[in-house]
Amino acid sequence: MAQDAERVTTPPDGRPLSEQPRWRQDFPIDWEEDEYVSRRDLVKFIVLTSLAFATGQFWLLGKQRFGGGAGQPQPVPIAEAGELPIGGYKMFSYPEGSSPRLLIRTGDESFVAYDQQCTHLLCPVVPNVEEDALHCPCHNGWFDLQTGRPTAGPPRRPLPRITLEIRDGSIYATGIEERTV
Amino acid sequence: MKAPYAETDRPKPRFARSQRMTIVNGILAFVVIMVILQLWLLTATMNAYLGGDATVLLPAALVSLGCLGLNAGLLWYLYRLER
Repeated sequence: MAQDAERVTTPPDGRPLSEQPRWRQDFPIDWEEDEYVSRRDLVKFIVLTSLAFATGQFWLLGKQRFGGGAGQPQPVPIAEAGELPIGGYKMFSYPEGSSPRLLIRTGDESFVAYDQQCTHLLCPVVPNVEEDALHCPCHNGWFDLQTGRPTAGPPRRPLPRITLEIRDGSIYATGIEERTV
Repeated sequence: MKAPYAETDRPKPRFARSQRMTIVNGILAFVVIMVILQLWLLTATMNAYLGGDATVLLPAALVSLGCLGLNAGLLWYLYRLER
């Protein structure tokens, strides 16, 4: 301990004080203590970052608990079954005022509908029925047309699927299915 | 006459300077790992939340709070070392 108090600390480059530049000779500081304090302050800053991450987690939890999830919207007709050719698509809003959705006719009696926003950075996806895919041109993301799952590129989550029902020749959107895999 | 804060009156630190440096480096490494874990946890939770899976929110928030508690405890210990 006594040695610590008496010890003359060496500058960062390891040379003695007499060989140091003038500004270091004029204003010598306790280099080791300086290094210690800067490390300690870095720890403090990282702990503040840790607080920010924990706050983010609780913000998500609060949003889910008190955000007032409205549940599934009411079924609404979005198109007539014969309105689209095979391979054709139509944009719609479900529920009213939501982000755009895509209704795609994949066969005689088969339709699929997805959210149009890419799950990577919300760019609009474009159907490519010939390749059985949905393509996001922003970052070259690809989704499977039949399932909406990502097949290539940066997206990791499937596109939210709109569940459909055909009643009396009309296509109804009946719900939104968000998925993680 | 005795100086008000003579060298002999100063409380001796519990650890030598080199030991404190080792401790702060160890704590820094640990805290960095914890924060990286929290970042991964937040990313994974956000992904699950946006995918409609809310079951992970509470456990993830508690684990993140635990990491914060551990980090804050280590920082408190670091300040305590200097007293």
